[in-house]
Amino acid sequence: MWDYSETVKEHFYNPRNAGPMPEANAIGEVGSISCGDALRLMLKVEPETEKIVDASFQTFGCGSAIASSSALTEMIKGKTLEEALAVSNQDIADFLGGLPPEKMHCSVMGREALQSAVANFRGEEWKDDHEEGALICKCFAIDSVMIEDTIRANNLCSVEQVTNYTKAGGGCSSCHEGIEEILAKVMAERGETFSPAPPPEKTRPGKLSTLERIRRIEQVIERARPNLQRDHGDIELVDVEGKTIYVAMKGACAGCQMEALTLGGIQQQMIEALGELVKLVPVKLKSPQGLVNPS
Amino acid sequence: MSTPNSLLKPIYLDNNATTRCAPEAVAAMLPYFTEQFGNPSSMHSFGAKVGHEVKAARAALQKLIGAEYDSEIVYTAGGTEADNTAILSALKASPDRKEIITSAVEHHAVLHLCDQLEKDGYTIHRLKVDGRGRIDLDEYRKLLTDKVAIVSVMWANNETGTFFPVEEMARMARDANILFHTDAVQVVGKVPINMAESAIDMLSLSGHKLHGPKGIGALYLRRGSRFRPLLRGGGQERGRRAGTENVPGIIGLGVAARLALEHMSFENTHVRALRDKLQAGILAAVPNAFATGDLDNRLPNTLNIAFEYVEGEAILMLLNKQGIAASSGSACTSGSLEPSHVMRAMGIPYTAAHGTIRFSLSRENTEEEIDRVIAAVPPIIAQLRKLSPYWDGDGPVADPEKAFAPTYA
Ligand SMILES: Cc1ncc(COP(=O)(O)O)c(C=O)c1O
Repeated sequence: MWDYSETVKEHFYNPRNAGPMPEANAIGEVGSISCGDALRLMLKVEPETEKIVDASFQTFGCGSAIASSSALTEMIKGKTLEEALAVSNQDIADFLGGLPPEKMHCSVMGREALQSAVANFRGEEWKDDHEEGALICKCFAIDSVMIEDTIRANNLCSVEQVTNYTKAGGGCSSCHEGIEEILAKVMAERGETFSPAPPPEKTRPGKLSTLERIRRIEQVIERARPNLQRDHGDIELVDVEGKTIYVAMKGACAGCQMEALTLGGIQQQMIEALGELVKLVPVKLKSPQGLVNPS
Repeated sequence: MSTPNSLLKPIYLDNNATTRCAPEAVAAMLPYFTEQFGNPSSMHSFGAKVGHEVKAARAALQKLIGAEYDSEIVYTAGGTEADNTAILSALKASPDRKEIITSAVEHHAVLHLCDQLEKDGYTIHRLKVDGRGRIDLDEYRKLLTDKVAIVSVMWANNETGTFFPVEEMARMARDANILFHTDAVQVVGKVPINMAESAIDMLSLSGHKLHGPKGIGALYLRRGSRFRPLLRGGGQERGRRAGTENVPGIIGLGVAARLALEHMSFENTHVRALRDKLQAGILAAVPNAFATGDLDNRLPNTLNIAFEYVEGEAILMLLNKQGIAASSGSACTSGSLEPSHVMRAMGIPYTAAHGTIRFSLSRENTEEEIDRVIAAVPPIIAQLRKLSPYWDGDGPVADPEKAFAPTYA
């Protein structure tokens, strides 16, 4: 059975603030009976101060779902809505003395119920933007949706890369088979076949001719473009100086919040394709040729 | 978990997961860790005595399952290895047959192997079950073609105890000239078996489910059956399972087999009566609950109850707090919040499938224990329902799926 902390057990055996609250003026509901857990969070909010004067919950679910709900109500009572929204799912897990990776979704559910309740109070509509897949990596609690999205976004093709990007597979190795299956599926979608052998590019580091080096850099850029274009952006290779590769982010990608993340991913692929450490530096294109080094 | 009610003796009702190794079996095993340490294959007196006792233990197991020859028993490391050996052997022995017939409710030892074989290119036919966990023999009959390498269906389901008509299915397979294997891990030791008169070619059993030790099991392999070993190496088990014998395990399983035979009628009268009492007692006191499986055709020790609008793990934790050990088909893990594949195959509605609890008894349970469980369960369910957004006072909220309506789709 689960290795629950004493705090989890305590909150499960003696849940705080359980039961309906008829006078609630902010109600958040997440989950469903078919998923196996469902939580209704009820808050009494002082309209002038937006302070949560009382909170209660009703939960259908496992031990940690009930404990997470109980913990959440304790954590947010007395806070303003703004303060309460700063509570992350990790905060809930920490409050409980940690949750097993398989059970982290219980804390996520708590956090979502809170967002939903706040939206309800403000007369807004809250949308669940998080999709959860089957748990693949138990060591680092990474699910299939996360792995699939990361493979797709970064054109990954090996378990090693997936580990570098998501941590999945970096522990006990038992999920490598599962990761390979996801790789095979996503790679098939983009017309490639997955092969368990490590990418051959890595075998002879440092022996690339200048021409070959540029060719590989261009390949990585080309591979990254379709994804960026889908988001109405683009990337262009500007120059290569030793171990520094200058690129220009264009369209919606330029300065977007995801820029750093995208560049990080592409840089990682460059490193793997070239077998050496390189740095990817974004530059602003003033005119087609003129380049401004940001640093 | 570590917070059982310390004042009361714990009650163990999870015997389908594993049983307590009988003290007689433990006592018989101990010398084989110390003075009787010889290798039964050795050509000296250290080995000879051990070889002799292994033979006696094999005879005891042979008797329990009514096998005609003691050489039809191949010791393995447990039920899982026996299942894997049987299926993989059949595929190796008939390389041109690429289909397997099994059921949707098998133990993972068969299910996950078949999933893997499917990826390797085999065609897997998974027989469906109805709401009571019963198989459709007409569906089965149509699948029996000369493309099928093996039929592997369990004798009794570990979650509900429901029996499949394996004897009839084995005869049908034999008429179609197809090997028939059954996972009888939950049956051996609980129900009389007579392999000498059976059409079953291969049968898996496991020591720790019949008050024997863990890590020992056997594959019954009918004389004359085509066979390919899973493990190759030394000539142990007549070359059918290489590796130095697990002598203490074999000895312990021998004693467990003898004890199981002695208690066979007790299991089917006394244990069955306790199980029936437990079922009636709980269902009389808890509303919105029902027993799952084929109630008139199941193992004498197994009871699976679905409690609507509560979740299994939460029930187990509260039972455990009172020193009561049972198990749940609910697999409350991230992403796969799916109830057990057995409950899904039977089409148990989600409102109930997440709250299924298996109580599995053994000859060691007493009536006093059963009375305690009957008293403990109703308040636990009531307590959890009080927390549930799907429950309102004395019954489920009207139209639970609608009453609880998250604001997003
Ligand atoms: C029906 C069934 N088959 C196979 C097994 C696996 O047996 P073992 O634990 O000996 O490998 C079990 C035990 O959980 C079982 O219930």
